Amino acid sequence: MNIFLIIISYIVCAPLIGGLLAGVDRKITARMQSRVGPPVLQPFFDVLKLLLKENLVVRRSQNFYIWFYLFFIVFTGVLFFTGEDLLLSIFALTLAEIFFVLGAYKTSSPYSFLGAQRELFQIMAYEPMILLSIIGMYMVTGSFYIIDIVRFQKPLVFFLPGLCAGVVYILAIKFRKSPFDLSMSHHAHQELVRGITTEFSGRTLAMIEVAHWYEYTVILGFVYLFFASNPVAGIMSVLVVFFLQILIDNVFARVKWQLTIQSCWLVALTAGLGNLIVLYFIRK
Amino acid sequence: MNCIVFLIAIPCVAAFLLLFLRCRVLRGWIVFLTSFLVCCASIFLLVTQFHREISYFDFVFPGISSAMAVIKVALAAYIFFIGIKHKKFVISGLIALQVILFLSFEYTYGHALVVEHNLFIDKFSVIMVMIVGIIGSLIAVFSLGYMRDFHEQYHKEIKDNRGFFFFLIFVFLSAMFGIVCSNNLLWMYFFWEITTVCSFLLIRYKQTEESVRNALFALKMNLFGGLAFIAAIWLLYQSTGTIELDKLILHGGGIALLPVVLLGFAGLTKSAQMPFSSWLTGAMVAPTPVSALLHSSTMVNAGVYLILRFAGVFQVKLAGFMLGIIGGVTFLIASFIAITQSDAKKVLAYSTIANLGLVVLCGGIGTYEAVWAGILLIIFHAIAKGLLFLCVGIIEHKIHSRDIEDMSGLIITMPKISIMLQLGMAGMFLAPFGMLISKWAVLKALVDFNPVLAVFIIFGGTATLFFWVKWMGRLLIVSGEPRDLEKNISLSEWVPLTGLSLLTLGICALFPVVSSTMIEPYVKEIYGVSIAMSRGNIVIMSIMLGLVMLFPLSFINYGKNVKVVDAYLGGGNASPGTSFLGPAGKITAMETRNYYLVDYLNEKRLLEFGVVLCLVLIACMFIVSYW
Repeated sequence: MNIFLIIISYIVCAPLIGGLLAGVDRKITARMQSRVGPPVLQPFFDVLKLLLKENLVVRRSQNFYIWFYLFFIVFTGVLFFTGEDLLLSIFALTLAEIFFVLGAYKTSSPYSFLGAQRELFQIMAYEPMILLSIIGMYMVTGSFYIIDIVRFQKPLVFFLPGLCAGVVYILAIKFRKSPFDLSMSHHAHQELVRGITTEFSGRTLAMIEVAHWYEYTVILGFVYLFFASNPVAGIMSVLVVFFLQILIDNVFARVKWQLTIQSCWLVALTAGLGNLIVLYFIRK
Repeated sequence: MNCIVFLIAIPCVAAFLLLFLRCRVLRGWIVFLTSFLVCCASIFLLVTQFHREISYFDFVFPGISSAMAVIKVALAAYIFFIGIKHKKFVISGLIALQVILFLSFEYTYGHALVVEHNLFIDKFSVIMVMIVGIIGSLIAVFSLGYMRDFHEQYHKEIKDNRGFFFFLIFVFLSAMFGIVCSNNLLWMYFFWEITTVCSFLLIRYKQTEESVRNALFALKMNLFGGLAFIAAIWLLYQSTGTIELDKLILHGGGIALLPVVLLGFAGLTKSAQMPFSSWLTGAMVAPTPVSALLHSSTMVNAGVYLILRFAGVFQVKLAGFMLGIIGGVTFLIASFIAITQSDAKKVLAYSTIANLGLVVLCGGIGTYEAVWAGILLIIFHAIAKGLLFLCVGIIEHKIHSRDIEDMSGLIITMPKISIMLQLGMAGMFLAPFGMLISKWAVLKALVDFNPVLAVFIIFGGTATLFFWVKWMGRLLIVSGEPRDLEKNISLSEWVPLTGLSLLTLGICALFPVVSSTMIEPYVKEIYGVSIAMSRGNIVIMSIMLGLVMLFPLSFINYGKNVKVVDAYLGGGNASPGTSFLGPAGKITAMETRNYYLVDYLNEKRLLEFGVVLCLVLIACMFIVSYW
């Protein structure tokens, strides 16, 4: 019974938290640019407006992929917040991403095509870092289960500083923020129009937005795992990381995909793998 | 007992019938009937062996060993002649050396050699028999329709030699059954050499200059393996006094390492690992069913079978670690090369090499977790790869190209084939399908052994994801006029395609059962312990599988509540909707092409790098094992 309560409350609360974070993000960004900015609840108004719009498509089956994208993002979140296997939830997240990419391919539009390819580059860039951190967590706690990782007594970040830093580095990809907002971004400085979401509109675009809110909670939850031994410190750290992402977003311009992959892999191989090797030899 | 002999004998008998038969209708029936019998016998074997751990058979038949020796020498003479004829003296030299070793072994020890059991069957053998029997015979049935179209429609210039073709296919299957059921290593060596010769003849089938060249190359590579194999038998007999597989494995870590490393080397050549990988990519010149057979159910599996058999010996040994690294390097490099390829068969070939690399990695590490993961990999890979090759074969015939970029709109023109193709691809890399489950298992096994090794699978895995998704996406893109290209596909092609698709799905649903009834007992028998995926994760996987399967349901809603518009083309849309107003008002058709990253990843250079690295590793492996 308890588990169903968790699932239902996650499904209800996650988009609220995610949307709120998105609103706060816009507000802070505006302040950084000396603007007043929209109200904090603006993301919700945007989505409500989108829901009322006409549903335009290029290919009749393109939206099905987005349903499954949303579906599997929620599924990932449920796995994550019920304390299941961490690797499995990341695989579920990848599955969701693949549905998104395939949807963009399906539209047969050059701009979404380019966006889809860049989305793939982004997945290539961030996945090694995430998997390496999971391995690090396993080495420290002896379990892939999130519930065990959270219950571990000492803060993981003491053992995994390199991995934690690496995850913060690649986080901009998952937040779709500069300098790694290659496949689409929230701002109108696009040489590829709206990238991967170019041909999605109305209700479907709203679904993508909501999926993104769900994703926020999973990513921030992942960061939280590094600090989980102390919940207060954990939540504080997550908020700091979130703020840091907004700051980076406003300071840096977008980079090319080559640099994205190269730098992310470099960080993964140095900070991430280096951390693992050191840990391996200490344990031995 | 009878079942194994049946499995080895029936394809052989059928093969000779087919060789001398000229009637086409009768040939079709024999192929169909033999495949059916082989399938049934495999399943029967599974049923009878289900509750038994291991069964031995002493197949005493007067003069069988001498008959084998005669056949062996005759084959060797043939290869020797081939080598001379094509001025490939390395081939002749290798085979001469092999025969000398073989004959002197027979001469020196032959009379004193006591072999208790020539054949045996345990859970691992049963798994392999199922793979060879079911997938192999499905491919044989597929070849019926495919080769008819091949000769009568698409390649009239190539000499129709179908009787010989089916002869080779069935001899191949028979030899594969022999390999996986042999307890006597000399027998295994005999069957091993038959697969080498069969693969040579199959690759050469088209008789063009290119196919002869590639076939000779494959032959050369595999002869290196054969030489290592016979040398290993020599050394094993000298150091342990037995050439029986079960006894050697029972010895475990006690037996000399060098001969086992030699067997591992033989496995590397047969499984087309670097530095030998080029023979498998060269083998793509053969008709597609041959590629399907070599890649999924037979040839390459023989190598990894041997390596996994001796995994217990490699465990915690430096030489085993080196072998594992060779597999890891092969996985990584082959995955990245696959990104650069736009030839569908080449992509599949590199993906095969990569995935077998993972199995070798598992075998080299040799922990019980790794062996469990390795066997899973073989099963899932065989099914999905067989399906992929058959689909690509059909597509090549219908669109006259196997370039991935020419495959756009396949979802409209060949909906069923393209869905099967996508299913096969999903089976290769996507959760919750087969290969991902096993990659996950490999990852866990690696992390428990040495987490640093996980780097291979992590980075190789991202490359895998990239090249599969971009291909999958290409199939979905719709441009051009809808045509129906699926009309003339015969029943003998539909049946294997459907069968393999169902197997791809079914094995994902059934894999907990396969694991608990087949793989775990085997691993437990060797190591005393075994692992299984936790119940909770299996449930989650099943839920995911169920959810993904719901995807076709969304098509109930096809075209409802949506307004169809043209894609955004920078405001310059023209008619038809997939073209735009280009410079000077010229109507230009829109075109998209996937990234192949050829500026960053150079096939030749990566290959050279891999070959050199793996050669060094092999040298190290031998030096380490000799010490």
